[in-house]
Amino acid sequence: MSAGQVAGSRRRRRRPTQPKSVLYDAPGPSYRRHQLMVSLVGGLIVAGVVALVTWKLASEGIFDSAKWKPFNNQKIWQNTLIPGLKLTLKAAGLSIALSIVAGVIFCAGRLSELRAVRYLFVVIVEVLRATPVLLLILFFFIAWGKTLGTLWPLVIGLTLYNGAVLSETFRAGIAAVPRGQREAAYSVGMSKSQVMRLVLIPQAVRAMLPAIISQCVVVLKDTSLGYIVSYQELIRRGRTIYEQYDNIIPTAIVLAAMYIAVNYLLSRLATFLESQQRRRGRATVDPATIEAPMESRAI
Amino acid sequence: MHVLADHADDILTAFALTIRLAAMSALCAVVLGVILAAMRVSPSPPVRLAATSYVNVFRNTPLLLLFILFVFGLPTLNLQMSFYWRAVIALSAYTAAFVCEAVRSGINTVDRGQAEAARAIGMTFGKTLRYVVLPQAIRAAIPPIGSILIALARNTSIAEAFGNREATYQLDSLARDFPDALYWLFGGIALGYVILCLLIAAVFRLLEHRLAVGR
Repeated sequence: MSAGQVAGSRRRRRRPTQPKSVLYDAPGPSYRRHQLMVSLVGGLIVAGVVALVTWKLASEGIFDSAKWKPFNNQKIWQNTLIPGLKLTLKAAGLSIALSIVAGVIFCAGRLSELRAVRYLFVVIVEVLRATPVLLLILFFFIAWGKTLGTLWPLVIGLTLYNGAVLSETFRAGIAAVPRGQREAAYSVGMSKSQVMRLVLIPQAVRAMLPAIISQCVVVLKDTSLGYIVSYQELIRRGRTIYEQYDNIIPTAIVLAAMYIAVNYLLSRLATFLESQQRRRGRATVDPATIEAPMESRAI
Repeated sequence: MHVLADHADDILTAFALTIRLAAMSALCAVVLGVILAAMRVSPSPPVRLAATSYVNVFRNTPLLLLFILFVFGLPTLNLQMSFYWRAVIALSAYTAAFVCEAVRSGINTVDRGQAEAARAIGMTFGKTLRYVVLPQAIRAAIPPIGSILIALARNTSIAEAFGNREATYQLDSLARDFPDALYWLFGGIALGYVILCLLIAAVFRLLEHRLAVGR
């Protein structure tokens, strides 16, 4: 349970008779005893698994201070981890900005009035969504790596894939604007592009913002694929640490914590924006409900 | 074109490995994901906390980092396994977090009355979940699980950098030997993935159709 949910429930009116979950009642005294037992047993099993893993890690010397020492060293952070994080964020920022542009282009193509254009873009989007991002990145790296370096193959690959995913989000966002808005805009004599530009897109953008931010999390995680084409992002930099200090598991834990921290901030932003939308009673786009012939969700 | 034809054997063998990776990981991920989902809705706070932490950690960590952790990290713990199994562990540990979320949102779509009725006739939490809620929840979770497994099939490509000679590895290695055929190789291998994803999508549409029950 996150802090946000607790704060939310405090704000809402309490309904003491309503159980928290559908799956079990507000317990009576004997069931509460039973539940306590189950909790204890469940807790013990969880604690047992955690203890077993910890014991295994400890017995192989993962918690030796020597293995964690580099992360106490400011130089490692200054010269290795922070620059790596910056390059990761740079690749992620570029990719997400370009993905939005690509998403708009793909979306416009799919909403075109010309059937041929529409079909062409359906095929492009579906193929891009079914191709592994890594295959795209490797293709651009092998084809143009000599002139483009390592950053751009990564960015282009991520842009194409995420642009295709975002175009679906955009389509759903435009569809989520109430019909009446479009009808009213046409009835006051606006052209199709005016309706799009002045009426639908401004409202759709608000609804789509949380979904776009969720996609940022995906992009940020996928920048790690730059490791394979030796772009000097966070994990590639982390590798220099674990190769020098022979501490692969501690390094992986620190790197994971860094990714989780950044992603957590992004997810909180998305949840916050979504709750803002809900409060204003506006429609939001749940990425899960996007209809598509072949759905590939944010993962 | 002829490079693609000459090496059709290699590429098809590689796709067989891609499919084996995806299928085994899918099996493990769905089993683990359903267990995690049951844990996430359980009445016991520590069990719930454990499942929630698992999901939050694994969903926000890049898959590539999990590959490094399991492929290079497990041997440092004196756990020896083939590259295939280590890739399966990384893929299913990652995917299980997403399956868990899909099943959990499926559980939320099951009508309150179903669980209430089950409890009214005296079923315990475990029985309610096993006989009444989960069968219906899985049905609702089928489409999102389908898209998660499509993503899984695409994600197997990362195993390329960790000792698995699957389809993406073939692009890497064949394009080095035959740089002129790069476009053909890319096109052919991408087509293979598209077909694979279409097949998974078709299977899941069939499942959805078969299991659909008017509610």
